Amino acid sequence: MSITMPPAGPAVTPDAEPTRKKTRAAQAKENLTSPWATAAAIIIALLWTIPTVALFMTALVPGSRYRTDAWWTVLLDGDLTFSNFGYVLFRSFGDNSTAPPLLGNVMNSIVVTVPAVVFPVVLGLMAAYAFAWIPFKGSNFLFVMIFALQVVPLQLALIPLLRILGPENVGVAGQFPGVWIAHTIFAMPLAVFLLHNFVAQIPSDILEAARVDGASHTQTFFRIIIPLSLPAVASLAIFQFLWVWNDLLVSAVFGGNKTYPLTYPISNLAGAYGEFAYLVPSAAFISMIIPLIVFFALQRYFVRGLLAGSTKG
Amino acid sequence: MHDSTERKATQMKRITKVQFAAVGVSGLLLAGCSSTEEPAAPSTTPGGGNVAAGCEDYATYGTFQGDAVELYGSIVGVEAEQLQQSVAKFSECTGIDVTYNGTDQFETEINIRVDGGNAPDLAIIPQPGLLQKVVGTGAVVAAPASVEANVDKFWSVDWKNYGTVGSTFYAAPLMASVKGWIWYSPTEFAANGYEVPTTWQGMLDLTAQMAANGGTGPNYKPWAIGFESGTATGWAGTDWIEDILLRQQGPEAYDRWVAGDLDFTSPEVKQAFEEFGKIALNPDYVNGGFGDPASIVTTSFQEAGLSILEGSASLHHQASFYEAQWPEGTNVAPDGDVWAFLTPPINEGDPVSVTGGGEFVAAFNDNPATVALQTFMSSDTWANERVSLGGVISANKGLDPNNASSPIGKASIEILQGADTVFRFDGSDLMPSAVGASQFWTSMNDYVSGTSLDTVLSDIENSWP
Amino acid sequence: MTSTEVPLSVNRGLQMAGLDAQFWSTQGSNLLLAAIAILAFLVVVSLIMFGADLVRGAIRDKVQLVVLISPVLLLLAIGLIWPAIDTIWLSFNDVVEQPDPVTGIYTTVTQFVGLDNYVFAFSDPTTLRSVINTFVWMVLVPALSTGIGLAYAVFIDRAKGEKILKSLVFMPMAISFVGASVIWGAIMYDYNQVGNQTGTINAVLDLLGFNPVNFLVDSPWNTFYLIVILVWIQTGFAMVIISAAIKGVPVEMNEAASLDGANPWQRFWSITVPSIRPTLVVVLTTITIASLKVYDIVRTLTQGRNGTDIVANKMYVFGFVEGREPLGAALAVILFLFVIPIVIYNVRSLNKVKETR
Repeated sequence: MSITMPPAGPAVTPDAEPTRKKTRAAQAKENLTSPWATAAAIIIALLWTIPTVALFMTALVPGSRYRTDAWWTVLLDGDLTFSNFGYVLFRSFGDNSTAPPLLGNVMNSIVVTVPAVVFPVVLGLMAAYAFAWIPFKGSNFLFVMIFALQVVPLQLALIPLLRILGPENVGVAGQFPGVWIAHTIFAMPLAVFLLHNFVAQIPSDILEAARVDGASHTQTFFRIIIPLSLPAVASLAIFQFLWVWNDLLVSAVFGGNKTYPLTYPISNLAGAYGEFAYLVPSAAFISMIIPLIVFFALQRYFVRGLLAGSTKG
Repeated sequence: MHDSTERKATQMKRITKVQFAAVGVSGLLLAGCSSTEEPAAPSTTPGGGNVAAGCEDYATYGTFQGDAVELYGSIVGVEAEQLQQSVAKFSECTGIDVTYNGTDQFETEINIRVDGGNAPDLAIIPQPGLLQKVVGTGAVVAAPASVEANVDKFWSVDWKNYGTVGSTFYAAPLMASVKGWIWYSPTEFAANGYEVPTTWQGMLDLTAQMAANGGTGPNYKPWAIGFESGTATGWAGTDWIEDILLRQQGPEAYDRWVAGDLDFTSPEVKQAFEEFGKIALNPDYVNGGFGDPASIVTTSFQEAGLSILEGSASLHHQASFYEAQWPEGTNVAPDGDVWAFLTPPINEGDPVSVTGGGEFVAAFNDNPATVALQTFMSSDTWANERVSLGGVISANKGLDPNNASSPIGKASIEILQGADTVFRFDGSDLMPSAVGASQFWTSMNDYVSGTSLDTVLSDIENSWP
Repeated sequence: MTSTEVPLSVNRGLQMAGLDAQFWSTQGSNLLLAAIAILAFLVVVSLIMFGADLVRGAIRDKVQLVVLISPVLLLLAIGLIWPAIDTIWLSFNDVVEQPDPVTGIYTTVTQFVGLDNYVFAFSDPTTLRSVINTFVWMVLVPALSTGIGLAYAVFIDRAKGEKILKSLVFMPMAISFVGASVIWGAIMYDYNQVGNQTGTINAVLDLLGFNPVNFLVDSPWNTFYLIVILVWIQTGFAMVIISAAIKGVPVEMNEAASLDGANPWQRFWSITVPSIRPTLVVVLTTITIASLKVYDIVRTLTQGRNGTDIVANKMYVFGFVEGREPLGAALAVILFLFVIPIVIYNVRSLNKVKETR
């Protein structure tokens, strides 16, 4: 191949790294010296954390006091207990039940989520590249249409799609592939929109150079678009991950007994009469853990920045 | 969209309104259970293994090889297990493999499964209104003769009618619940010389007396009322109106009201609201332990009655399932910590009228194995088997009330089986959902929050499609 | 299931009763299925793309273009476009279900009613109120989340413990909308008319000697309190994206401005904001659309009582609770209309970017 473009990011910003580091450090100092900024940041961080902390503390309130007492009252009495977490994970519906532990649903959530993130991200990136860099008739119209589809309420699309995926047609409803396909479709508008906006900001000289060298669209996509849009892909991936992870509706409709994710038993957890409502905070807290792990894992992509993207205004 | 709670709460409302159950009070249940003198009980002891042979009761259903039947319903958790257990013997004797799949999003999912061509064999439908909708899709088959024969034998005409759509009988009733209980503390009644009222007016007089006497707890008011129930907030109020209207106007007027022929704006319905208002809008009468009438909407239906235990209230109107809400160790008995009387009739000597709920079993095919299970579930054998497992009751006349797992359950069965009992299904469950699952609830909230009665009534009437 | 010792319920209906070998083999095969699916997907996509690369001549670009965009268009056509068209059509109709007197089976009659459903939407006072409230949501949620997210991203940029500070604000994103509503409704906003306050905020107000607030009831501020919940969730989104963009701003530009004597405030407005403008537009757009669509918060906490209703909730109630699908469809179309200005704005800035290339 005659492509001369370097394959990865660093070379795109050939400015010397060392000087950048130095100036960054200098600037950091300047930022930190503004006490107002620091104070404001701390206040925002506190305000944003309080509800989560309150959730955690409420998760520690034993069932017998859940309805009547606030967590700080229970805390002062020294009555807080971690046993709710144990109930949720291993006993699922409180005592005297053989209902399965949530662990199976955690696993299902993973099996549902990972492909449902990969598929739309890959397909979305392909389309985003086409809309951003390949001029063709109707390009604008199609893009605007996809953009506008973001507002189509999901509920309206459920039954028509189920008919297509159902036993009379494709026959994957009630199984993992059915859930993956449904999630992929519903993720498409946002995926194309977000990725398009980042892909479009890749400096045009890079792509033009590739074209001049005779690179085809396929080659450009693999050699330039994929490496340069990794940060954008990472951001989309995390949001799609959160969306799928917290989804109940799509999984309930397109999934079945063997595929139900974590959200499903959690919604049943309170019990028919709300008798296990005290377990909901602990279950909700547990369901937050894996998304946060994923966030930490992908965070370095955010920190690395969106490279050339976003800078050309 | 994350509408789990939405569905959940609607479903919860349905479930709470429909089933008599006492999930989670196993101690209580077992106590009630063990006192039964019935000799055949061991066959249903959970986990204790089945007595071999003993398939005599199941001989009529035939034997099958490798047939499987999927039973689908809104029952989840402990009750789902008990349900599965109640057909275990049947499964063993007939060779039919019965799988029960429960979901708390039944109303949505049954439509989706039917539309998607993936209907179960049998569905346990939690109320007649939904039965009508599911039948409307054309996917349900009429009940086989064997089921109809059982229903004619074991259920009242009222119940059979609720399983009938158009003029075709589709679905046999399954379990039942009795609503309109008024919970109170026998201890407190004895201490203050209160008597259980026998007429509506008697109850209003008692309320006035209680308000004058006061109570021992903080913020005492005679009544504790709670409407809050997530997205279904307000349903507890519709139960009040249904109970009053059935007693004031009789079953014929009630049926016309439910069918939409008696307007919400009619004097009859207005009168029922006004009776309710005499209690609920009086700041001297409500809301024990929670404040004034404005707090009704924000007090959860589970929590409200607990004021009785704290001495902050004396009376709480709620279905029999409320038994499950009392904290562990509460003695639920005619002479215990709490007990309940049925909402009294308007006049002394009026026939016993109750509102309630129940499930219906509809079939989506007439395979022999499906028919066998359907027939079994409409039999007295099933009713006794299931009720013995605890938590629920049935209106099946072949059911021995002593099999009920709790005193209130036994009392409920006896009421349902009473020869003169007028039974009417929870009205809001039968109305179109734009009314019964939406505006009726909303307007009950408005009413107790101070909106004028005429506005409340015309709002509901206008929502009727 | 031949054993008579084990109650059948343990083995049926409720899947798996414990973490036995069967459990792990099921999980293992599920994970394997997911892995194979991803692998197969990537292989197929690559094969098709490289296959298209083998095409020679002028047609090659066209073939590759089709390969790039057709999967998305195909999926959208069956999954969203068709339902959207169906919805628009439905909004001009009325649907009546007539049960057969004998069998009870419905005959569905669809009747064209023109703009009736729209007339209803704008004449029914509660629906009109929901339209107005939706507008308030649509303005406040993006403005506040983006504003706070931007400020926070700037404040913590390159600060010590940046990662931790980021994840604190990001955390609410990891909770579902319903979960967040439960936290705020039951733990933060809880209000008791009498007795001790068990809601966190009211307890604090009580402690400081203020009167407790009935957050979800007191109109019109209750709408604002509901908006706070969505802002709490969405700020993390805004902050993460904006922070990444800020890190992409070339340091040299800042340095140059610094040498020119610009203070941090001036540099923020003259360099940072213009540099990340495209990102701000993306963030604002995405959050605006979310604020139009998210009905879970209102649904869970107030069901639209006390003047808090929004179009998304109303649509849900009409279409999925009350069975009045045509009305629900009309509200869905009204939501579409709300988005049109945003679409136009985005298309314009998109074209600008293309022109300046």
